[in-house]
Amino acid sequence: MNLLNISGSPHVHSDESTKKIMWRVNLALMPMLIVAIAYFGITALLISLISVASCVLFQWLIEKFILKVDTTIWDGSAIVTGLLLAFNVPATVDMMWIVVIGALVAIGVAKMAFGGLGKNPFNPAIVGRIFLLISFPVQMTTWPQVGGLFPMELLTDATSGATPLGIIKEQGVSAGLPQAWDLFIGHVGGSLGEVSALAILIGAIYLLWRRIISWHIPVAFIGTAFLFSGLLWLIDPTTYVDPVVTILTGGIMLGACFMATDMVTSPMSKVGQLIFGCGCGLLTIIIRNWGAYPEGVSFAILIMNCITPLLNRWCKPKRFAV
Amino acid sequence: MAKKAQSTLINMLLSLTVIALVAAAALAALNAITAAPIANAQKAKVENAISAVLPNFDKLQDTAIDGNICHIGIDSEGNFVGAAIEAGNDKGFGGHLQLMVGFDAEGNVTGYQILETHETPGLGAKADKWFQNDGKGSVIGLNPNGNELKVKKDGGDIDAISGSTITSRAFLDIVNNASSLFQNLNH
Amino acid sequence: MKTSDIIKNGLIKENPTWVLILGMCPTLATTTSAINGMSMGLATTFVLMMSNIVISLLKSVIPDKVRIPAFIVIIATFVTMVEMVMKAYLPALYENLGLFIALIVVNCIVLGRAEAFASKNNVWHSFLDGLFMGLGFTWALTLLGMVRELLGTGSFFGHSLIGGADGMLMMILPPGGFLCLGLLMALINHLRKKC
Repeated sequence: MNLLNISGSPHVHSDESTKKIMWRVNLALMPMLIVAIAYFGITALLISLISVASCVLFQWLIEKFILKVDTTIWDGSAIVTGLLLAFNVPATVDMMWIVVIGALVAIGVAKMAFGGLGKNPFNPAIVGRIFLLISFPVQMTTWPQVGGLFPMELLTDATSGATPLGIIKEQGVSAGLPQAWDLFIGHVGGSLGEVSALAILIGAIYLLWRRIISWHIPVAFIGTAFLFSGLLWLIDPTTYVDPVVTILTGGIMLGACFMATDMVTSPMSKVGQLIFGCGCGLLTIIIRNWGAYPEGVSFAILIMNCITPLLNRWCKPKRFAV
Repeated sequence: MAKKAQSTLINMLLSLTVIALVAAAALAALNAITAAPIANAQKAKVENAISAVLPNFDKLQDTAIDGNICHIGIDSEGNFVGAAIEAGNDKGFGGHLQLMVGFDAEGNVTGYQILETHETPGLGAKADKWFQNDGKGSVIGLNPNGNELKVKKDGGDIDAISGSTITSRAFLDIVNNASSLFQNLNH
Repeated sequence: MKTSDIIKNGLIKENPTWVLILGMCPTLATTTSAINGMSMGLATTFVLMMSNIVISLLKSVIPDKVRIPAFIVIIATFVTMVEMVMKAYLPALYENLGLFIALIVVNCIVLGRAEAFASKNNVWHSFLDGLFMGLGFTWALTLLGMVRELLGTGSFFGHSLIGGADGMLMMILPPGGFLCLGLLMALINHLRKKC
């Protein structure tokens, strides 16, 4: 009687698959990897490789020996997590072993403990990153000095530089800040993947074109951050950073385009996504200005991840023909 | 099962009163025994801190300046050898930070002890060793009078605790403050 | 009731931490090091043992309607005793545990065992129940403290294993406590079901 069994609608067929989406996201992350290697050289390449390899390995080990299910490492999602995790750490030699712990937390605790891809309430790469930030505060906030292009030597903390946000937090806005153009192409201190807004935009435009992400979250996130910091800047330009520098520094671009837009942990409806993005932008600026840490993007996204289920419930699409 | 007392008003009143009385009596007795050791333990804590920061004293004399307790050390001939000053501020990363800072007669820092801290373990909490003689940012032997102690980031010569500039600033601020209290004491 | 059953219940089958999941506040707050966890466990064991004995002795003279206030007064008395003795003779330990010693009063295990066990059983069995429930709590806290101390600071009962290196700081901070508790609970219940 199988003929009479009909599944519920929708019946539209699409050739989209998790695998295809994840590999496209990986492709979109490539410009950032290239920029990272250009500025941080062999160190950045090694950290990225170690991070990706450990994410894939931990996923395989957990699926094979603990869950005892067929492995899903070929869907590429562990590689996305590995790349994003690597993009969120500073390019120093210490990170080559620290990032392995981050990968274990991201895959083991944030993803597989909740049941694997699609069931994780929090973005695994962000959980891994925050775990590292709180666990290794010294190593995670020691940034290498950016010098020439494609440095082949390993970067150690002996040549530590500062990030624009670190300077703002500790010395105020009057201290010499990088120019907006340097921030845009990425010639500043910072984590591997967050330095160049240009590379992030190239990747994001590709994802938008492929319809893997929609414009709602990135625009709401960056727009809110711009407006809120602009308002503060108009009130008192000597204490608050100007809005253009604000959105170009730190992880706002990377977070808004690649981390907040994670399909699993962001709301489904467009209205929900707009609220989600605004919340991220608002929280980021609040944490940057009044929080203990110089950067607030990952905390902001994690907090908004918590209310994603609520947003999904509040912003249900209207039903037709009730 | 043994027969149980009924929940009448008189039974409830009686049983609770008796239990409370016995408990109070037992605690009062124990308090009489432990009151002296508790007071001793608290006194020993302060004395340990003083002798850790202020060597070579024979007698102590306590005063207060601007609400800060100050233990003045006097040697066997009655000479002033230095003072241990309890000072603190709320500029720490985790809130209040309270120190005992020792100065010799010239006003050089002879030592410090942390009396109260809410700094992050592994970061700001490292202040207990960092600024000691064998630490990386030693303040021992320095005289903050006229030459305020500052971290390198603010143009001074003290190495801040790595990753904990805020704690280091709060710490040095307290030492500077204690030093100016010490100067007031001299006059 | 067999003695061996009471022992097994306290240590494994109805372990307060891993199975009943009672007393989570002191469990998470005091296990930043193995020695702190163990001290908290032993202090709780003492209170559990003494309150179980006294409540079992008095069970027939305490009227039902006022049993909870009566139990609480008895428990609070023993907790205050522990607090005073610790303050007088172990001031360093008291500095670390201070606030949480007073909170043993509201630890669900103590009142829970008074209500569920001591008020229904004889003195000998109540004493055993208090002792082994307490020891069950103690080994759980010691294990959790050991793991958190090892991961968080790289030391074992206060002795540094890796010279000079810091551990994963998060493990001795509150979020690491939750993480570690959850993972250990999963592991132990997995092993418990196997045997």
